[in-house]
Amino acid sequence: MSKGLIIVIVIALIFGFFGCSTYNGIVGKDANVGEKWAQVQAQYQRRADLIPNLVNTVKGAANFEKSTLTAVMEARSKATSVQLSADQLTPENVQKFQAAQDQLSGTLSRLLAVSENYPQLKATQNFSELQSQLEGTENRITVARNDFNAAVKDYNVSVRTFPANIFAGIFGFSPKGFFEASQAAQNAPTVQF
Amino acid sequence: MNLSFVTYRIALPVRILLILLFAVFAFQTYGQDDVIPDKPNPQRLVNDYVGILQPDERARLEEKLRVYNDSTSTQIVILIVKSTEPYPIGDFSFQVGRKWGVGQKGQNNGLVLTWVPSTRKVFIATGYGLEGAITDAISKRIVSQIIAPHFKKEEWYAGLDEATTEIIQRASGEFKADASDDGDAGDGIIFFLIIFVIIVVIIWISRNRGGGGSNRNRGGGFFPVPFPTSTFSGWGSSSGNWGGGGGGGGSSFGGFGGGSFGGGGAGGDY
Repeated sequence: MSKGLIIVIVIALIFGFFGCSTYNGIVGKDANVGEKWAQVQAQYQRRADLIPNLVNTVKGAANFEKSTLTAVMEARSKATSVQLSADQLTPENVQKFQAAQDQLSGTLSRLLAVSENYPQLKATQNFSELQSQLEGTENRITVARNDFNAAVKDYNVSVRTFPANIFAGIFGFSPKGFFEASQAAQNAPTVQF
Repeated sequence: MNLSFVTYRIALPVRILLILLFAVFAFQTYGQDDVIPDKPNPQRLVNDYVGILQPDERARLEEKLRVYNDSTSTQIVILIVKSTEPYPIGDFSFQVGRKWGVGQKGQNNGLVLTWVPSTRKVFIATGYGLEGAITDAISKRIVSQIIAPHFKKEEWYAGLDEATTEIIQRASGEFKADASDDGDAGDGIIFFLIIFVIIVVIIWISRNRGGGGSNRNRGGGFFPVPFPTSTFSGWGSSSGNWGGGGGGGGSSFGGFGGGSFGGGGAGGDY
C-alpha cells in the first residue's frame, strides 16, 4: 500500500468520526432550540389567553374608547394566527412572528396607558389583578425569549463555524432566526387624545 | 463548490488543525462581561452590597432564612444592590437566581427579593416551583402592602422581616427538605454510627473471608479486584462525603441548590 493511500484513509476516518460527532452535537442543539421555542410559544399563548378577559373587564367597567379595544383584539387575532413549528424557524419566519407579537404588545401597552385615565377602572380588583398577571406574563416572555435566543446563538455558532459548517451543509442544518430587541418594545407608546 | 473547498482543506491537514485550535480558543474567549454579581463566597442568603442593614439585623435575617432552608429546602435570598443597570430589576433578579442556582435543582423552589435603595425599587422573583404558592399578584401585594409602608418610614429591617415571614407562611407545606439535608445533630450522629457499624462488619467479614478463601474471591473472574475490598473502599469515601454535608448544615448555609427561574414574580416601588 502506498503512503498516500494510507494518509487518505486515515484522513477519511478522522473526517468520518468528526462528522458523526459534529452531527450529533448539532442534533442536540437543534432539539434544545425546539424546546426553548415551545416555551416561547406557551408564554405568548398565555398572554393571548389573558386578553379577552382584560378587554371584557375594561369594557364593563368604563365607557372606554372603542378603537383601542378593537385594535387590541385585531392584533391578538393576527398574532395568534402566526404559529411556527420548531422546524420552521427561519430568520424570516421568526421575524414575522415577532412583528405580529410586537404589534400586539404595542396595542396592549396603549390600552394600559389609556386606562390610567379611568380611576374607577383601575380601582377594580379584577383589573388590577389582570394587570399584574399581564406584567408577569411579559416577564416570562422576556425570559423565554432570552433562553430561546441563547439556544439559537449556540446552534447558529456551531452551524456556521468551520469545519462544522461543512457537515451542517451536507446534513441540511441551516441557521435559525432569533428575536431582535425591537424599537417598538423599547419605546413607550405615545398616547394622543 | 463547497466540495472543492473541502478537498483544498484536506490537502493541508496542518492548517485544519491550526484552524481547529483557533476555533477552540475563539469559543473560550466568547464569554461576555456581565454585571450580574457572582455567587457570594462563603455562600449566604442575605447579601447587602449597599451596607444599609446593621450587622446584627443582617445576621438575624440570615439565621431566619437559613433555618427555613434547613427545614424546607426552600431558599429565599435577599439581595440589596446599588443598581441593576442595564437590566430592569425583574430581569436582573431572574438572572441572579439562575446564576447562583437559588432553590433546589428539579424543585426550583428559590426566591430572590431584590431591593435597590437608590431607585426605591423592590422586586420579588419566584422560581418555577414557587409560582403556585407565591403568584405574581401575591408578590405584588407583599411589595406594596408590607414592604412599601415600612420602607417609607425607613424601617428597613421590619419591612424585610415581615415580608419574609409572609413568604414563609405562603410557601410552607409546599416543599420538604430531604432527610439528608437535615442539619439535626442527633440524626447525624445516629447516621454516622450506623455507617461505622456497617464498615466494621464489612471489614470483619472481609478479613474472615480473606483468611478462609481468598483464592475463591480472586478466582471469581467477575471482579478484577477482590470484591469485599472494593466495597470497603466505596463505603469509606461515601462516609467522607456525608461528613462534609453535615458540617455545612450545622451552623452555616449549606449552599445553593441549582434552581431555575422562569420570570415569575412582581415588584414595585415605595
